[in-house]
Amino acid sequence: MIPRAESAHWLAAAIALFLGLLLIAEVIVGTEVFRRRAWRAYLFPAVVVVSSVGLWVITIFSTFSMMHLLAHALWAQVALIAGAVQLAVVRGKLSRPAWSLVPACALLVSGVAFLVHEQNDWLYSRSAFLHHAIGWVLVVAALFPLGQAVRPRQVVWRTGFALTFVLLAVLLFADRDIAPIFGRYGLGGP
Amino acid sequence: MSSDIATSIPREDARQDVARRQWRVFAVQLLGPLTIVGGLVWAVAQPYRIVLLDRDGGGPYDYLFQPPLLVVAVGLVFAFVVAPGLVEDLEVEESDDPAR
Repeated sequence: MIPRAESAHWLAAAIALFLGLLLIAEVIVGTEVFRRRAWRAYLFPAVVVVSSVGLWVITIFSTFSMMHLLAHALWAQVALIAGAVQLAVVRGKLSRPAWSLVPACALLVSGVAFLVHEQNDWLYSRSAFLHHAIGWVLVVAALFPLGQAVRPRQVVWRTGFALTFVLLAVLLFADRDIAPIFGRYGLGGP
Repeated sequence: MSSDIATSIPREDARQDVARRQWRVFAVQLLGPLTIVGGLVWAVAQPYRIVLLDRDGGGPYDYLFQPPLLVVAVGLVFAFVVAPGLVEDLEVEESDDPAR
């Protein structure tokens, strides 16, 4: 039995929230302290890679719409690449700040995929509204890892990157398959 | 060479570092409980998002993925799995480098 889309989105939201908390903690304590324990250092990239596998599974079940299938496949692919690069960074195989361009591209591609595969207007339904909102959030958030590649020492980029995941979690938790945009206050939707 | 000025500046720096480290420990310890409180507030505000409280037409996945409870679960995992080790490592950093 396949879960409803909103259930899968809530699970993704929980994962995004956990990643956001991890990244905020890393900003607070500093990368050196955060990576003192190997399991903690590898946790973020490992969760991203495992999430990409989950996205591939969702891709398999997204047979109801070619656009959804392609979008989920794209997210799975960029998450896999970004996670793999981050694993190599943590391992010490990649050390140049320019590797932050990979998550920047992943966020940009993900955001564009959100925007392209939503065929309805902003105010059509809550789902449509959230697709547009998440798409633009990810497009703008691509600036954070981009900034990290250019000026790696500034903490604002890492903070912005961490808060992006928390905001993404809030938006995904708000998702419902069928609902007006602002619940009982109405506006849009069936 | 010894003077009041030359000796007091490092002490002030050390005091500021200790305060900063305490703030970081406090912030890390606060992340999990804040998330848990967020989930609980959400559960109170929208009890119908929890199938255990509102069983109208709930399937197996509705029992598995209940948004406010997922938020609480994430907060619990962070508070009990991630935060204690981070606090410990911050204290080890302090003992490794007490002059900082």
